[in-house]
Amino acid sequence: MRIPLSALVGIIMTGSFFLIALFAPLVAPYGLAEIVGDVWEPRSAEHWLGTDNIGRDLLSRMIYGGRTTIFIATAATALSFILGSILGLTAAVLGGWIDQAMSRGVDLIMAIPSLIFALVVLSVMPVTTFVLIVVMGLLDSTRVFRLSRAVAVDINVMDFVEAAKLRGEKLKWIIFREILPNALSPLVAELGLRFIFAVLFLSTLSFLGLGVQPPASDWGGMVKENKEGIVFGIGAALVPAAAISILAISVNLVADWVLNRTSDLKGGRGG
Amino acid sequence: MANNKDFLDIRNLKIEATVFPDGEPAQNLEIVGDVSLTLEKGKVLGLIGESGAGKSTIGLASMGYGRGTIRLSGQVFLNGRDILKGGVKGFRELRGKEVTYVSQSAAASFNPAKRLMEQIIEAGLEHGVGTKAELEKRAVRLFGELNLPDPENIGSRFPHQVSGGQLQRAMTVMALVPEPDLIIFDEPTTALDVTTQIDVLAAIKKAIRNTGVAALYITHDLAVVAQVSDEIMVLRAGAKIERNTAEAIITTPQEDYTKALVSVRSIEHEEKKPTDKPVLSARNISAAYGNKVQVLTDVTVEVHPGQTLAVVGESGSGKSTLARVVTGLLPPFQGEVLFGDKPLSRALEGRSKEDLRQLQMIYQMADTAMNPRQTVGTIIGRPLEFYFDIRGSEKRKKIIELLDEIELGVEFIDRYPAELSGGQKQRVCIARSLAAKPKLIICDEVTSALDPLVADGILKLLLRLQKSEDVAYLFITHDLATVKAIADSIAVMFQGKLVRYGPKSEVLAPPYDDYTDLLLSSVPEMKIGWLEEVLASRKMESAGN
Amino acid sequence: MSSLGKLLVQRIALGLLLLLAVSALIFAGTQILPGDVAQSILGQSATPTALANLREELGLNEPAIVRYFGWLGGVVTGDLGTALSNGQDIGPQIGKRLGNTMFLAACAAVVAVPLAIFLGLVAVRYRNRWPDKVISGLTLASISLPEFFIGYVLIYFFAVKFRWFPSVATVYDSMSFIEKLNSIALPVTVLTLVVLAHMMRMTRAAILNVMQSAYIETAELKGLSAFNVIFKHAFPNAISPIVNVVMLNLAYLVVGIVVVEVIFVYPGMGQYLVDHVAKRDVPVVQACGLIFAGVFIGLNLVADVVAILSNPRLRHPK
Repeated sequence: MRIPLSALVGIIMTGSFFLIALFAPLVAPYGLAEIVGDVWEPRSAEHWLGTDNIGRDLLSRMIYGGRTTIFIATAATALSFILGSILGLTAAVLGGWIDQAMSRGVDLIMAIPSLIFALVVLSVMPVTTFVLIVVMGLLDSTRVFRLSRAVAVDINVMDFVEAAKLRGEKLKWIIFREILPNALSPLVAELGLRFIFAVLFLSTLSFLGLGVQPPASDWGGMVKENKEGIVFGIGAALVPAAAISILAISVNLVADWVLNRTSDLKGGRGG
Repeated sequence: MANNKDFLDIRNLKIEATVFPDGEPAQNLEIVGDVSLTLEKGKVLGLIGESGAGKSTIGLASMGYGRGTIRLSGQVFLNGRDILKGGVKGFRELRGKEVTYVSQSAAASFNPAKRLMEQIIEAGLEHGVGTKAELEKRAVRLFGELNLPDPENIGSRFPHQVSGGQLQRAMTVMALVPEPDLIIFDEPTTALDVTTQIDVLAAIKKAIRNTGVAALYITHDLAVVAQVSDEIMVLRAGAKIERNTAEAIITTPQEDYTKALVSVRSIEHEEKKPTDKPVLSARNISAAYGNKVQVLTDVTVEVHPGQTLAVVGESGSGKSTLARVVTGLLPPFQGEVLFGDKPLSRALEGRSKEDLRQLQMIYQMADTAMNPRQTVGTIIGRPLEFYFDIRGSEKRKKIIELLDEIELGVEFIDRYPAELSGGQKQRVCIARSLAAKPKLIICDEVTSALDPLVADGILKLLLRLQKSEDVAYLFITHDLATVKAIADSIAVMFQGKLVRYGPKSEVLAPPYDDYTDLLLSSVPEMKIGWLEEVLASRKMESAGN
Repeated sequence: MSSLGKLLVQRIALGLLLLLAVSALIFAGTQILPGDVAQSILGQSATPTALANLREELGLNEPAIVRYFGWLGGVVTGDLGTALSNGQDIGPQIGKRLGNTMFLAACAAVVAVPLAIFLGLVAVRYRNRWPDKVISGLTLASISLPEFFIGYVLIYFFAVKFRWFPSVATVYDSMSFIEKLNSIALPVTVLTLVVLAHMMRMTRAAILNVMQSAYIETAELKGLSAFNVIFKHAFPNAISPIVNVVMLNLAYLVVGIVVVEVIFVYPGMGQYLVDHVAKRDVPVVQACGLIFAGVFIGLNLVADVVAILSNPRLRHPK
């Protein structure tokens, strides 16, 4: 199995981010909240990325912030994915009024842009990590529902699924042995895209002050903290923003590769 | 052997394409090795072969066109000049003016957003063949000659407002309007019902005769090509097998491959007499789809043990719907289905596992009838597990036996469907249904998507298995030649009703009802001049009324 | 034409129904969630009396249905309620800011849409050759970049280092049109980049889909010039999917604007909404949420209507 260069780069980068996040306390040179220097010091040997707006080591904050970002994004993605795909597959196979009810419900929620909905909800709920994960997970599950349902519907009408039904196979067999193996490829690619979206969404919420609350910090929050420096030519805020971008690009490269490897069920254009 | 009368002279044409297999570097695929052919002005050359023979590709190459990554090399002389040297500008000049093209699917080839007339005269306008008024007049005249309804106004319609057969004729008009020197017909009637096909064939033949145009007629159906061509060239895997006059190819084929093509569907089958204990009875079945469209009206048929009932009809006849009713996928609102003498539950949900086991189904498209992520072994083995609880080494033994029955070796157990050919895929589907040891197998157009020789192989296999396993078939098809080869009794359906039903010898003997008469007489026979005979007899009939 | 008309009326009615349902959802989202609203607003240290008073004032003691219809009635007559934080009428406040936001969105759309369509056409014309790959690579990158990254990078270079544009986009009525454009140049650039990527990818896919149709091959086999093939045959069939793409992405724009307004401190609805979410000013949040959702639904509705109108089977039934 040959892996193209772009996908390889993506896999290595993504892997590195996750590993660093996992071993944050071992890797970070300073503590999360330690004040170790002057405000916005430039890069130096002791502080590879300089310091932030109140004198904390930027590199350490980045490492811990990455941990928070990746943790919340992963949890939200896992929630949205499990919920969305199970409901989507079930809706496709059962059809009828169950499908209609779920699809209309999802249409309704998706009629409000995610960010707006999140802002509306967060204006009345306490902003804790748990609430963030649940809100992001539920909102995003609608998109996963739509995709998994569409993929499952396409597969459901294939003759081999009908052949299984005619044989007398039970629902469990049909979903797990007939439909799911053929749905995996596009779903896994979508997993990557949903993760990127979660990272960007969380960062945006934190940037607007409505995500992770201090003293904990994620990359989006760090951009908010350091944004005042931009007008003075201090680029500290660009560092977490760049990290978000690099993570997103890396995962995108991997997701693109998985998507391109999806074999066409119908065997491509005839002739 | 080129001479001055040759309008089209292809020399040493080689056609290659680049393919991109999964996870491997791009590869070069040779579609046509080295083909040469000549065509005189005013003559029709039929190109016949199975799928993958390269006939369409050669046809398009005569216009200097190749789909996708196709590359042409060699020489193609049109009116004395090598068009392959003319570059893109050269192609553009000759296409739509000197050479025109009629495709297999007119429905897809017309732009759905534009009216017919606009598209029909477009090429002529672009190449300055005539003014708009002149071209429109020419088009209307051609509409009339090809028997299209309302010739004055049909041009102002949109493609979706016109039927399939009419659209195919409109496409022929589009090819004729610029008064080209060569028309390429690429399977123009393959997608049509047999009763529509005959009208379109007649129209094409008339058009070619009246305009004296040269034509390449591409098809896989030898009986059809024999009606319109002066000469026939047989192709296989991108190489020429044989070329001769149409008469010679049909009556005295030289090569083995040609002989096989000519003798297709000449399977002999002893008709069996019906018994008094049918294995399946469908009585007074009337069914409708959810939107209240009635698709079956009062249909009663029986299938007898170890025999074949062929249900034949064109699109919209309800034959496939009958299969859905029998399997329980579409519960009828009236009537019942009995297996032996026990009534089956109308809906699939109410049937027992044993009920389901006895009744198996094989589909038209073997590609989509098998789960691409399961191996052949898993696909064939599942019914053994599911119905008989056979597992492990005993299951493997039985799978190998079944593979043997369908004439495939043991190495196929671990292969995936994508690695099999069309015929092999269908054989695996047959094995899958046999594994359940059913009393009745519904064959839904199982040979319709296969090449004629491959289809023949499948039919022979099915007949052999019927003898050895004593299994009955409900054989659904639109192809009368298949019916003649395989059936013991026949049911003819038209618009959801049973038009004619009985043992084969009775159904296929006159006197006929109108529809059966039309249907039977529309099936092309491998005989020169058949088309003229049928048209003449029809004219006489209508004149006599 | 009548069946077409019926279809259109149905679709529009469905859109209005959806808007109604969304309003109920937004209302429910703010009023009927766990966590006492009054408590969230006044904080942990509020006295029971203060809480009771606030509940009375907010009308929290009435059943939810009554409060919903009260609010809805107000919205339909133009009264969007009163802000909790400063007691001002929300309607006029929103009106001004909505105008500003629309201005910003319109400028971004005017730049982004033609550019996206043009790049999509280029990518299709040179499919799989280097212009296509370069465009694909750039769009992949910009989809992955959050708005604030692009925004602050632009501010860093163009506002601070080069001093070409202001870093804060202020607009007020007495500014000339040119002055306004100068002020919003950077936010418009950010919005354009964000939306361009998605729109270009989808436009490319839509055009490619049309170009691979059989009737395009027929046009080529008739020897039509490339221009005629694209404009006479591809384009009429591509309008509907492209409009669909554009509308969907303008919907993205609606969301991106919120962040951009915060970055550039632009006096629009996005800034307004975010400020008041932080202050937990529920009436404002409801009103803004409703308007954003309404615009979103409206854009999707336009896409559907165009799709219906451009379908020849529906315009000219058999």
